[in-house]
Amino acid sequence: MRKAVLRAAAFTVIAVIHAAIAAAPLSLDALMDMLRRERPATVHFNETREMALLDRPLESSGELTFTPPDRLEKRTTSPGSERLVVEGDTLVMERAGRRQAASLRQWPQVAAMLEGIRATLAGDRPRLEQVYRVTLEGDAAGWRLVLVPRDAEVAKIVARVTLGGVEGSVRRVEIDQADGDRSLMQIAPRGR
Amino acid sequence: MSPSRRRAAVAVVAWLLVLAACGAQIAHTRFVADLSSFLPTAPTPEQRLLVDQLRDGALSRMMLMGIEGADAAVRADLSRAVASTLRRDARFTIVANGAADGFTAERDFVVAHRYALSPRVDAERFTVQGLRAAITQTLDLLASSAGLLVKPLVARDPTGETLAVLESLQGGQGPRMLQGVWSDGEGRRAVLLARTRASGSDVDAQAAALAAVQQAFDAGVASVGASAQGARIGVTGPGAFSARSRALVKGDVARLSTLATAAVATMLLLVYRSPLALVLGLLPVVTGAVVGIAAVSAGFGLVHGITLGFGATLIGEAVDYAIYLFVQAGERERAADAIALRGFWPTIRLGVLTSIAGFCALVFSGLPGLAQLGVYSIAGLVAAALVTRFVLPVLLPANFRVRDLSVAGARIAAFARRLRRLAPWVLVLAAAAIAVLLWRGDDAWDGDIASLNPIAARDRVLDARLRSALGASDARYMVLIRGASADASIAGAERVGAALDALVAAGILEGYESPARFVPSVATQQARLASLPDEATLRSRLVQALEGLPLRADRLEPFVAEAAAARNAAPVTPDALEGTAFAAPVKGMLFSDADGRWTALMGLRPARAVPLDPRALREAVLRTGVQGAAFLDVKAELDRLYTGYLRQALLMSALGLAVIVALLAIALRDARRVARVMVPLAAGVAVVAAGHVLLGTRLSILHLMGLLLVVAVGSNYALFLDRVGLGAGGTQTTLASLVLANATTVASFGMLALSSIPVLSALGSTVAAGALLTLVFAAAFAAPAPVDAPNP
Repeated sequence: MRKAVLRAAAFTVIAVIHAAIAAAPLSLDALMDMLRRERPATVHFNETREMALLDRPLESSGELTFTPPDRLEKRTTSPGSERLVVEGDTLVMERAGRRQAASLRQWPQVAAMLEGIRATLAGDRPRLEQVYRVTLEGDAAGWRLVLVPRDAEVAKIVARVTLGGVEGSVRRVEIDQADGDRSLMQIAPRGR
Repeated sequence: MSPSRRRAAVAVVAWLLVLAACGAQIAHTRFVADLSSFLPTAPTPEQRLLVDQLRDGALSRMMLMGIEGADAAVRADLSRAVASTLRRDARFTIVANGAADGFTAERDFVVAHRYALSPRVDAERFTVQGLRAAITQTLDLLASSAGLLVKPLVARDPTGETLAVLESLQGGQGPRMLQGVWSDGEGRRAVLLARTRASGSDVDAQAAALAAVQQAFDAGVASVGASAQGARIGVTGPGAFSARSRALVKGDVARLSTLATAAVATMLLLVYRSPLALVLGLLPVVTGAVVGIAAVSAGFGLVHGITLGFGATLIGEAVDYAIYLFVQAGERERAADAIALRGFWPTIRLGVLTSIAGFCALVFSGLPGLAQLGVYSIAGLVAAALVTRFVLPVLLPANFRVRDLSVAGARIAAFARRLRRLAPWVLVLAAAAIAVLLWRGDDAWDGDIASLNPIAARDRVLDARLRSALGASDARYMVLIRGASADASIAGAERVGAALDALVAAGILEGYESPARFVPSVATQQARLASLPDEATLRSRLVQALEGLPLRADRLEPFVAEAAAARNAAPVTPDALEGTAFAAPVKGMLFSDADGRWTALMGLRPARAVPLDPRALREAVLRTGVQGAAFLDVKAELDRLYTGYLRQALLMSALGLAVIVALLAIALRDARRVARVMVPLAAGVAVVAAGHVLLGTRLSILHLMGLLLVVAVGSNYALFLDRVGLGAGGTQTTLASLVLANATTVASFGMLALSSIPVLSALGSTVAAGALLTLVFAAAFAAPAPVDAPNP
């Protein structure tokens, strides 16, 4: 009986400790660690853009591949087909049979958005904090990373980038533009 | 004052007056130094236009820069630093490095005139179906990654005309972007493109612009800091090349002529043992140079730097005059009496006349650069001879004597007599040389105008790389459309452009430049604007077109208003581009000439993989049936021009040779003596020319100049030897003077042969070898004793 009580107590303690650990606020460094350890994979995305100009949101979907440390490929299959590759400073876009290459330095706002996603996927805290002020909410089972641009010029277009995820995998990217337009990209492992 | 004293005074005063007048003329002289002055005044209108363009046109103002070394980010920082410095510099009209900042005027211009400029605007575009298709595309783009960039314009331009215009202006892919600035294809260089305000032929301004670029770069390196160490900037383009080649020619001429002067002066001092004699001996040369420059300045209005450099060497012959006078006068009481010495002055005079006959070939060659050299040489030689004859004897001190050279002369004579056995062999050698020249025929001559180009091969390679990186046409292939008005030329360019589009699609061309992209013809613009529906129609079509799309028509009111306003807009004229970065390129592609005719110039960019077939392009342009359109292969055209003038110069030289023979025949009145003078000259020229050819050098127009100089210098040797023969006595000092004169010529031109600049070394090797050979050959054919014959 005493033994049983003792065991129950032990279980309780362990459970409490476990719960406490699980619910403990996640540190940014710990999140970056988890993100870094995530194996590269191709994921499916679904993007919704809401614009004041338009009566209803624009939808698009396709696949995303991230290859550390800095290559991000986005292949849109619907509605139109488009391929976007960002690697280092170079951005290549293929649309309607035309290939256009540009340098990210040309488009600081686009660069900031992409860097928010890229640096997060890479678990590269210094690179992330170079561009954004970063706040983290939630725990490993469900976290939210809120990025606010440091650069005033960028902030005129991009108000906030919010990434959400579970442990090392990013599940949603939300971009709030300064004029109120917003986009939401939901990410799921392929095949689901 | 005795009559002879008075005559002496008159000579000196006249000499000083002429020097003063020449000095005044030179003070007002403009000196130029680009190779294009070697380009002719061109016979056909197309060629004239071409030469004008190369000299002063937009092509000549282009400056290409490449920054290499360090890493891409540092190169980009340097590119931005250089661009921002140069944009504030009034010497540059455009500085482009690909950085997106600072193009607001251009963007505003495109947005404002999008319906007149967009190649996609036609009646079809604004039907219900057309609108729907165009707007659907814009919505797709809005949903894409580029959406952020498109969004601000959608309400005003839902059919995407602004993008269509920008795409067509870019005319292809444009340079690669790296770190926000243009880069070459391999990502090893940041590249920039600038246009100078001054034309490419304004070498002073180009040199200043070149220095400004270097300064801007150095300042950039200093501000970027340690990471920029090891970065370099390379600058190419016509203006940069002419500035650099002037510096190169100047430097080489200065260095080598200093060395040559030192060598000659040392030699003369050793022989004369009198500094006074040295100084006096240079008077004819200096006078000749001054008179030569003044004569060119008076005759041409400007003096070419190359004329100065080469001309100074050409009248190096004048040094010989003083040598002949001093050495041959040495045995007399007074040098003045030596002048009267039977045969001295007439021989010099005949030598000068034969030289003039030779240099006339240059004057009438039709090439401005060579004509300058001819005038310079003729005026300089005449002046030097006159100074030697009339001024020098007056200035010589009464007891003036240079060292007695009769002992050396005797030895030389003894040696020379042995040379006479060589005479038959000289004939054999000359025959062989002539056979070589005949066998090689036209191949012996280099018809490539690039052979005159002093620019290092390394610079030319860099130029080709930068042009390819920037998608700048290499100005080799172009289409010209000449019309009665700017609009007529533009309309022609539009029709030719349609034909070229097919060649681009077929992969034969990578792209082309056209002024019609910036300013379409009035007819095209009017047709586009007329295809815009009126406000009410557009509004009702929009409602239908937007059915089922997420965009409501009332959101597009700005579009409706602007399209309606555009219907009544005046067409864009070239003047409307003023204040944008488009103005300068368009001025380079569309210009009028003195008689009010306009020319549109379309530069072609051949595909990299396949060599361009000029004939196919010429036919393609012909097939368009556009009046006044012509395809131009610039390099081939220039080579053709150059070859034509080379031929003319050769013909003139042959005529000059005939004149020389005639002169000698009149003066010497003895066929044997004419042969004795002419055979060594002809043999010397033939052997030197054949020697160059056998050593693998193709002869250029500079070699021809060298050969003419060999005739000029060698004729003196042959004439003196003809007169004095190889006998004993006083004639031996004449021999000594010839050897001394020859040694100075060989030394100074031998120095020139060491130059790194092909044209200078060609001249040097030709003259040094030729002078030596003609003296030896002349000795081989000399009579054993003085000829007792009537003097010329």
